[in-house]
Formats: sequence, structure tokens, C-alpha cells
Amino acid sequence: MTRVLEVEGLVVSFPGEHGRTPVVDRLDLELDAGDTLALVGESGCGKSMTALSLLRLVPRPGRIDAGRIRIDGEDLLALRVDALRRLRGHKAGMIFQEPMTSLNPVLRVGAQVVEAIRLHERVGVLEARRRAAELFERVGIPDPAERLDAYPHELSGGMKQRVMIAIALAARPRLLIADEPTTALDVTIQAQVLELLRELRRDTGMAVLLITHDLGIVNEVADRVAVMYAGRVVEVGARETLLGAARHPYTQGLLRSIPALAPRGARLPEIPGSVPSAGAWPSGCRFHPRCPRVFDPCKQHDPDWTALPGQRVRCHAVARELAS
Amino acid sequence: MLGNCAVAALVLAGLAAALRVGRSPLWRQAGRELRRRRPFALLVVALYAAIALLDSIAWVDHEGGGVHEARSLLVRAFPADFREASYSAPLADVEFYGGAPLRHPGSHWLGTDILGRDVLLQALRGARVALLVGGLTSLISIPLALLFGVAAGYRGGRVDDVVFFVTSTLASMPGLLLLVALVMALGRGPVQVCIALGVTGWVGFARLARGETFKLRELDYVQAARALGVPELRIVLRHVVPNLMHLVVITFVLTFSGLVLSEAVLSWLGLGIDGSWGQMIDQARDELSREPAIWWNLTAASAALFGLILAVNLVGDAVRDILDPRTLRERA
Amino acid sequence: MLAYLVRRLAWGVVTVQGVLLFLFVLFFLLATPDDIARKAVGEKAPQAVLDQWKQNHGYDKPRVWNPAAPADTMLFDHFRRMLSFDFGNSDADDTPIAERLRAGVGPSLAFTLPLFVLEIVFGVGLALFVAFFRDTAIDRTATVLAVLAMSVSTLLYIIGAQYVLGKLLRWFPISGFDPDPSVIARFLALPVIVGLLSGIGSDLRFYRTVFVEESGKDYVRTARAKGCGEGRIMGRHVLRNSLIPILTQVVVQIPFLFTGSLLLESFFGIPGLGSVTVDAINANDFSTLRTMVYIGSLLFVAGQIATDVSYTLADPRVRLG
Repeated sequence: MTRVLEVEGLVVSFPGEHGRTPVVDRLDLELDAGDTLALVGESGCGKSMTALSLLRLVPRPGRIDAGRIRIDGEDLLALRVDALRRLRGHKAGMIFQEPMTSLNPVLRVGAQVVEAIRLHERVGVLEARRRAAELFERVGIPDPAERLDAYPHELSGGMKQRVMIAIALAARPRLLIADEPTTALDVTIQAQVLELLRELRRDTGMAVLLITHDLGIVNEVADRVAVMYAGRVVEVGARETLLGAARHPYTQGLLRSIPALAPRGARLPEIPGSVPSAGAWPSGCRFHPRCPRVFDPCKQHDPDWTALPGQRVRCHAVARELAS
Repeated sequence: MLGNCAVAALVLAGLAAALRVGRSPLWRQAGRELRRRRPFALLVVALYAAIALLDSIAWVDHEGGGVHEARSLLVRAFPADFREASYSAPLADVEFYGGAPLRHPGSHWLGTDILGRDVLLQALRGARVALLVGGLTSLISIPLALLFGVAAGYRGGRVDDVVFFVTSTLASMPGLLLLVALVMALGRGPVQVCIALGVTGWVGFARLARGETFKLRELDYVQAARALGVPELRIVLRHVVPNLMHLVVITFVLTFSGLVLSEAVLSWLGLGIDGSWGQMIDQARDELSREPAIWWNLTAASAALFGLILAVNLVGDAVRDILDPRTLRERA
Repeated sequence: MLAYLVRRLAWGVVTVQGVLLFLFVLFFLLATPDDIARKAVGEKAPQAVLDQWKQNHGYDKPRVWNPAAPADTMLFDHFRRMLSFDFGNSDADDTPIAERLRAGVGPSLAFTLPLFVLEIVFGVGLALFVAFFRDTAIDRTATVLAVLAMSVSTLLYIIGAQYVLGKLLRWFPISGFDPDPSVIARFLALPVIVGLLSGIGSDLRFYRTVFVEESGKDYVRTARAKGCGEGRIMGRHVLRNSLIPILTQVVVQIPFLFTGSLLLESFFGIPGLGSVTVDAINANDFSTLRTMVYIGSLLFVAGQIATDVSYTLADPRVRLG
């Protein structure tokens, strides 16, 4: 079981009114080959920034301030520019949320896949085109050979996202990072793309880090789930464990508020208050102002990991429970 | 006389703008931001404006009989009869060619020109002309552009076609040629030159105003006003035009330097305004080839021109960054 | 596409009519034929001489409306002649205008063409370079230099170049023109250098803004995620997507390469169409000026159409029609 991704203490910050404000704060993650980890959280919790930092794509003026990221054993943050370039696409590939704008509008899609291949392997153009057509077929694009010469604006949203997946897979990466890949798509297309991801994972043994805010998708695709709140991961565990027996009050609150799972006729439960924005995070445990199980230590200390069979939680209340 | 009316019009327009701006918190914030980013450039522009103002307040002394020229505050700051007979180098005691003693030895900081006029005074007086050109021309071209652009954008259809025809026609004539043709037809004189510059220069902003008006027209509150039956003119004046003001300011500042430079080229063609830096440069041009060369008048006019243009360009950049709709949205 | 071109040409024709009308109003209604004659012949000439001159030049007909023969007016004449490219003779020295046009095109092109090419190469090239290094010291220095360069009047560049490079250093002749291919470069060097200097500041800033804006787009992020190096991103992805604004600036200038530059030609003594225009201005030669403006507008319409067509080649999303 090889560890494809290891993140320790990641801090990503942006300049704010009072100096640099962290949006990702001492985040930890692990991912093994063949596994799919879903990173879940509401908007603004920092999950997209986490994904971008895994390829050092954090946009300026943002910055990775601290932490260690290892991809397939390589220390990402210590890499020089040329080594970083080689890693991107080859060790880890990424697909983005907006297929509409993520493809170069003036280049044919085939050429964009060919570029992805030839950046990492010494193959001729014809051979690369053949492989591109194969990739198109693999990702479910009909008439793959003709489609190579299409321009992005001639394709639908679902097709564009498939092209993006083809590009990400072109150099056979060990890790695929998918940042909300279906959010901008219709529900039916969503299902197709998710099915595609499941197949690919089966066939290639790739590790997949799936960023999403949709618990339904998590249920469909994930092996393990990490829940993020205000820049930190607060609970990680196997899918069944987390969805069935979540321990962190935030996760529990999220699960309770899913309409499909709530008792009919009753009022839909909600988590009181709202998500704090970066820079205005509460002291101690960041969830404490909204937490039904809050007690004194929560206001002062950020909780450490408490280990349980099949999951880890950052919660003082859970830690206290276990100690007794 | 016409020139003085023009100056008065400009000052009034400036005061009206300042009053309007002073009342809105968004504009005040923009002003603070501008002062924070480019204090020196603003200071330089203010300095030029102050000098121009000094040169605009003039009156005639009636003593001694005969016809006297109106002399401005700026001119009065220098000794009366400050002229020499001919060239003299900066801070010199004698004439440049020939060595005859000067009337005011050592007082001409930047020397004198062929007619013995003090170069420093001339350079300072050029500020008034430059600001007049930039200001009066904008006062003509911007309202014209708004009128045509907003009408085309709001009404669309036939009105748009007509405006498009007019703007295409004007735009298709090479700028300099058209300018020259207009000045030749209207005659020489500061106001005529400004009219010519204004008439040839409004097309660009009109296109911009038209595009923006298209967008504004589709906004919800404008649609609501129309549905409520608010008269069209009122909608335009209350909802459309105020939302174009930031573009007006950006356009004004960014085109200012272009206008002053255009006047310099017109002066070289003999069609500019008397007393401008362009005219000074044109007159001084050949004197570099004399032996020994006469350089101070050219340098003074060039430095004065460069100083204003650079300061305005810097302020213009900052204004555009501050008032850019994207930054406005981020701040709001 | 064909339908679009036809429509654009038709619109162009309408525009040109507008230009001719505007010219007519400007020259003939704001200044009377007597004024024009006086300027050509002399202020103090007797009326008989003026009348003769007017008759020779066709200025003695009624201007707009002739009840006797509706087609025999200056207005009609003006349209008819311009539209049939019958430019007639110069008001100043009676030489056929068409001759002067033919003679002037060559020298104008000789220096506008190299200037055009160099301006694009340097403008786009430097801007790509600066955009690659955005937000570094290189970028900031380049921007400062560009603003400084923009703030200097072209007149000053001309005077400065003539004085420093021509008189002091004696690298190039101050002015003059010799079509002999072995020496032509020496005469064209100064005007091309001056033209480059006056334009490079604003070109650099404009192209830089375009490139930096494109660099922030999502597809650039995708390219980076694929493993594209920054250089390849700038040269292949960003540049190709910036073609529309670049073409808008560039293609429209092409027709005007023929008409030359008023300032540069007159200062550097190049006998091109720009000089022809300047001479016409100085001599109050309305018929030549009228012709030059008309030709300019024709070229402008051609340039607009060419620009639109070039968009289709640059960006597959653009479909005309």
C-alpha cells in the first residue's frame, strides 16, 4: 500500500487587512494508491486552496506559508521549477470546476491533449494523437478521432469536462485531484462523470482526491471522507463509518440537515450561526460558537486528533467521552 | 476675451464637479485613495494648475494713457519691462551674441529668447494654455460624446444607426488631417483650436458610453423605472448618466495629455495657440544648429511640457486603477 | 462570410459618402470660393484674376443648388470627381494631384513599412517578456520607463534624435532621402528610430495589460497543471489568445502605411505622401488636402474590413455574418 499523498501542517495565506490571513491552517491529509478520498466542506472553508496547493498553483498574492506535502515520496515544496513542471501532469493531474473556461479556446481539444502527452514523454505527434483518441474513447467521448479536431466552444459542458479528464490522465498520473468536477454540470451529466471516475479508478489504480460540498457525491464515489471546517480537517474516516457514525458535532449537524435523510414533516434541523470567514476565526476550536457540545477547553485550545476505529476526530467533547 | 470666458467656464465646471464629488462618500474615498497613491504627481498637477490660475487673473492698468495690454498676476510677479534686446544665456549679465550689457543682469534664470523675452516667464505662461487646451476641449468633447453615446445606447434602432454613421464618418478621417482642416476652416484662436480638438476627439468616448449604456439599460432598476412609467429623460439623467461618471473621469484624465501633445503638433504646423509650449518648441527648434547652440528656451519648454504630461499620465493611471469597475466591485 | 463582406463594403461606401459630404461642408461652405482664390493667388489680386482662377478650378459654379442645371454645381462636381478618382490639379501649383500621389507612395512606404514591422516585433516581444516577469523588478522598471517614454512629445524625440545622433555623433544624416538601395538605410534610420521611441511606451503598456490579463485566465491554470513551463504558456497559450486585441491595433494601421507620417516625413525631408500633405497645409491647398482626407478615409474603411476578417483567422469562435 503506497502512500501517494501526504500533507502535514499545510498553511496557505492571503494578504488581508491585518497582515497575512491563513485560509488553510495546519491541514493534514493522507491518501493511498487506489483510494478515493473526498474532501468535504462548505464554501469558504479552504478546500479549493488546499487542492491548488497540491500542485503549487495557489494564485498570487496567496502563498503556501508552511507545511510538508509529499507526492509519491517527493517533497513538493522543495522542488525547483523544472522538477515541479515534470511533476505536474505526470505524478499528479488536476481537473477543475469550470470546464467552460478551463480549456484554451483557440486550440483544438486534440492538440491540448497531445500537448499534455508530449510534455512528459518523447513521442511523435502522430503517436500522441493516436493515444489522445484512445483517451477520448476511454472517457466516453463519441467519435473520438473526429472530436480531436473540435474546438472547445463546439462541445457541450459534459464533453468539455471529459476532455479535461482526458488531459489530466494523459501523462498517466498516480494522483488525480478533482476540484468540484461536477458542480457546473447538469445532474444527468454529473452521474455520467462520476461513473467515469469510478471506472478509471478501478482500471488504473490511481488515487483520487475529490473536493466537493455535495454529500450525495461523497456517498457515490468515496472510500474515505475528510470533513473540513474553517481551514482545518475536523474529522476523517472510512465512508461508511463517517456517514453512518460521525462523531464530530459539525459532521453530525451536516448529516442531519440533508433533506433526504430528515424525518418527514418535522422541521429541517440546521446548524445555528454561520461559517466564520478567514481572518475572523474564533479562538480555540473554530466550531465552538455553533457547537451543541461546547464546554470550557473548546474556547481556548484547538483540539488534537482523537483516534477511533475507522476514523479520527478533532473534538474535545469526543476526547473527554473516550477518556471516561 | 473669448479665452477669458473659456477659463471662467472651466473654473465653474471644476467647482461644480468638486461640489458633486464632495457629497458622495464613494467619490471621497476614491479621492483619498488617489492622494495616497500618487501624492507627488498630484502635487505637480496642482502646481501647474495654480500657475495657470495666476496667469488667468489679469487686468489693464490705465495709467500713462494709450492702449495697454492686460497683465496677469503671474506677469506682475516679474519686473515690468523685463525684456531685453535679444538672446541671453541663463543667469547671464550680457547678451549672448555681441556681449552688450542687459537691462536686468543676472535676473533671467532661464535666459531670454530671440525677442529678448524671459524664458522662465514664457514657460510658466504655457501652463495656462496647456490646461486650457486639456480642459476646454474635454468640456466640449465629453458632453458631445455622452449625448451621442447615451442616445445611441439607450434608444437603439434608428438613433443608433445614425450615431454609428456619424462616428464612423468622423473616425475614418485621419485625425491629424481632420484637425488641421478644421482649424484652417474655423480660424486660429484658442477657443477654435479647442473646438477642433473636441470635435475630432469625441468619438472614442461616445463608443464607450454607448456600450455601457447598453448594459445599464438592462439592469433591473432601470427596467423597473421604465415599467413604472418614469419619463425617459429622467431615467437617463438619474440612472444612466451618474453611472457613467467614473468613465468620464477616467477618460478626461487619460486623454488630457494626448490633447496637450496634439496642440504641440498643431503649433509646429503653425496652427496652434499663441504662447503654448508647442509654439515655444517650434520657435526654438532651429536654434540648436547655431554656433554656439542656443538650448535654454527649448529645454525650458520641453521640461515644462514633459513635467505636466508625466504627472498627468501618472495620475491618470492611478485614477483608472481606482475607478475601474472591477476594483469598485471588490471594494463594495 | 461573403454576405458579411458585402454588407460591410456597402456600409463603407455609405461612410465614404458621409466623409465627402463633411469635407464639402468644411471646405466650401465655411470658406467661400473667393477666399480660396485669394489664398492661392494672393490677397491683393484684382477680382478679374480671382474670377479667372476660380473658373480654371471649377470654383465659379453655384455651390449647392443650380436652378438652371441641377447637376452643374460644385457639390455635384465634388462627389462626381472624388468618386471617379479624378483628383484634378493642386490649388497651389497646378500640378496634377494624381502624379504627386504616385510619386509619394514609394518613399512613404520605404520607412513606414520597416517602422511598422519593428514596432510590432519590439512592442509585442518586450511586452511578452515583461508579462513573463510580471510583478518583479523587471516589470516595474519597464513600466516606469514606458510611462516616461510616453510622456515625451514626438517633436522632442525628433529634435533630440536629430541633434544627438545627427549633429553631435554624426551617425546618420539629419534629414534627406536617397532611394538608392545602398544608402537608403542611412536616411531612414533616424525617422524609424524616432517613430519607434514615440510609440514603444504606450504599445508596451497596452500589450502588457492584455498579456497579464490573459495570464490570469483559467485555461492558463490548466496548462500549468499539465506541466507547461511559463515560457511556453506565454508564447503559445497567452499570445494566441491575445491576438484579437493585437490585431485590432495592428491591422488598422496597414492602410495608413501608404499615407506616411506628417511629422516624420517633414522633419526628415522624406518626399512621401506625408510631405505632400504638409506642403498642402502650408500652402492652403484645399484641393490636395481634400484628396488626402478622402483617400485616408477609403483606406480606413479597407482597414476596418481587413481587421474584421483577420479576427476570423485568429479566433475560431468568431463567425462573421
